[in-house]
Amino acid sequence: MDFLNAIIALLNFVVVPAVAYGSQLALGALGVTLIYGILRFSNFAHGDTMAFGAMITVLFTWLFQSWGISLGPLPTALLALPIGILGCMALLLATDRVVYRFYREQKAKPVILVIVSLGVTFILNGLVRFIIGPDDQRFADGERFIVSARTFKELTGLREGLAIKTTQGITVITAVVVVALLFWFLNRTRTGKSMRAYSDNEDLALLSGINPERVVMITWLIVAGLATIAGVLYGLDKSFKPFTYFQLLLPIFASAIVGGLGNPIGAIAGGFVIAFSEVTVTYAWKKVLTYLMPEGLEPDGLVQLLSTDYKLAVSFLILLIVLLFKPTGLFKGKAV
Amino acid sequence: MNPVLKNSLLFAAVGAMILYTGFSQSWNTALVVLNMGLISAIMALGVNLQWGFAGLFNVGIMGFVALGGLAAVLMGVSPTPGAWSAGGWNILAAFVFAIGVIIAVVMLRKRMVPGWPRAAAVFFLIVAGFFGYRALFDSGVVAVEAINPALTGNLGGLGIDRGLWVALAWPVGGLFAAGAAWVIGKTALGLRSDYLAIATLGIAEIIIAVLKNEDWLARGVKNVVGLPRPTPYEIDLQNDPVFVERAAGFGLDAVTASTLYVKLLYAGLFTVVLVLLLVLAQRALNSPWGRMMRAIRDNEVAAEAMGKDVTARHLQIFVLGSAICGVAGAMMTTLDGQLTPGTYQPLRFTFLVWVMVIVGGSGNNFGAVLGGFLIWFLWVQVEPMGLWLMQVITSGMAEGSALKAHLIESAAHMRLFTMGLVLLLVLRFSPRGLIPEK
Repeated sequence: MDFLNAIIALLNFVVVPAVAYGSQLALGALGVTLIYGILRFSNFAHGDTMAFGAMITVLFTWLFQSWGISLGPLPTALLALPIGILGCMALLLATDRVVYRFYREQKAKPVILVIVSLGVTFILNGLVRFIIGPDDQRFADGERFIVSARTFKELTGLREGLAIKTTQGITVITAVVVVALLFWFLNRTRTGKSMRAYSDNEDLALLSGINPERVVMITWLIVAGLATIAGVLYGLDKSFKPFTYFQLLLPIFASAIVGGLGNPIGAIAGGFVIAFSEVTVTYAWKKVLTYLMPEGLEPDGLVQLLSTDYKLAVSFLILLIVLLFKPTGLFKGKAV
Repeated sequence: MNPVLKNSLLFAAVGAMILYTGFSQSWNTALVVLNMGLISAIMALGVNLQWGFAGLFNVGIMGFVALGGLAAVLMGVSPTPGAWSAGGWNILAAFVFAIGVIIAVVMLRKRMVPGWPRAAAVFFLIVAGFFGYRALFDSGVVAVEAINPALTGNLGGLGIDRGLWVALAWPVGGLFAAGAAWVIGKTALGLRSDYLAIATLGIAEIIIAVLKNEDWLARGVKNVVGLPRPTPYEIDLQNDPVFVERAAGFGLDAVTASTLYVKLLYAGLFTVVLVLLLVLAQRALNSPWGRMMRAIRDNEVAAEAMGKDVTARHLQIFVLGSAICGVAGAMMTTLDGQLTPGTYQPLRFTFLVWVMVIVGGSGNNFGAVLGGFLIWFLWVQVEPMGLWLMQVITSGMAEGSALKAHLIESAAHMRLFTMGLVLLLVLRFSPRGLIPEK
């Protein structure tokens, strides 16, 4: 019984949150990695792109809520999500047209593009704060739990409860669907194949008649979709605050790099590696160990490796360790 | 127009803007802008050394600035009575222990043949070492933080608080930053451009996280306030009859005169530091060493073929540039009189400095200095300008409309937007900056 309790506690406090967080990171890292693969620079504006897409979704969610439209047990935000994606697509195409295209034609060095993306970060950051303000915004509605801790305890008679939030369920399901769609697109369709060809060898792709501007445009459209979905899911799961999205940039990049920049499968694996290490290292293991250890040997302290304030630090330690031993990430990434 | 004249005019223009602030707003504001402008110029010099000279993409400036600030605290505050005997030595011992474990791990990896026994031994050593370290460290921390937690709860520092000696904290800030930069450079400089950028970004966040959470060090987010300063205190000046009389001679009341006087003293000190660093940076730029750095920047492979040790030179300039940022950070903390780790944000302390360097002209020391002053001036003045703009835009709207209230309230966020716009415009239309490299 104690063993079961320990497993449930572990699931409740470590596995479920980490899987949800990992899915969000994976979606964000996929966007970063696609841009790196196709456009060949690290997009520092990605966190703020997520914030922008999520902001539009939040605004439309509020509009729908005020009209009395809802999805019943599901959050209304899912209904507003397509509009958010469209808004984000418009934004990214506009920034590409106004900002990035010039440097692409110049064949500017990647590091110049990174600095340019810093400028875009500033602008988007200012824009989002200007429109929705710097504060926390809540927009989640509908049913809060799929399984609440109390029902679980009543059902099973265990001492430990297992709670799964609706947002966590939605996060995982959406992530699976989106990733499946993305891989189907990249591996099965003509456009997807031309994107991969362009990513592998630009000159060869140009020779075989692939239109680079079209590839770039489609990349931005996909990235807009991924970024908005990741942003909205994170916002639903926690809450929407512009500054946290800027900070999300760090674990997202860590995920993309740990997996190998430019490699979509790596991005997903990296997202989960980072999420699980963040949660396990900052989790107080006392509860789980108390169930597992024989009586009298229970730990006195919290058995927490690092305090939760060092979450960010954990993702970077993992990043550094991986880079020191595998300089291009777990799955072979590329370097420009 | 010859370049010298053009550059002098650019500097004169920025000077005129600050003077205009003095005439139109207040001299106090103008001096506040000037002082932070001087500090920003020093930070920009440091970044220019790394990016402009050597092409290193370091986005961890914030961390080095904060470490400089930590030096100002540790040099300035007086030691907490009993803290060292209570737990200080434990903490120190924990660090020594940790270094010992790391050395042991490195030795083990060198001595044993690769294979699973080595991996297991290393793993066991690290895990055991970590728990040993935490046991030593935690007991020390608990003991130190228990001492009068409302006021101190930290180890305290050297308590250097007499006059100009306080400024000793500034070079020490540089040393702190240099030490950290050496460790970081040793591990991360082998990484390629983008990876290095992310690594430095992350390390800066880790440094801030440590400063926020390790209360025994500098009280964390509880902040250490009332740091000693190299200038006299306003209140002492106001009580000094000689000063009051002299102020009256200028037609100023004692309160205004004292605040201006203190800020002028700071401006003088900061100018000395800036000029000193600028002269050194200029000498470095025009020396064989500077030429070598630019050669490495422009073509690493060719420089390596000429027998230059690229990695070692990168490490060298990474340490030097970070040290300059640390000096600036210590100066800023001394000026503020407190270290507030919660206020360190990458947009303000890393990316804004980058904007300064790019706008001013990377590779040119005078450009970086100009950028420091100009961008800092904009950063401060965009807010009132944005507010004014919003008031003009909304003047036709009905009183009390929600949109009007929102626009005026949000005017403060215009500054980020403006900085991004300035950066993009300069990158597009004048990519070499206002004062380009020769």
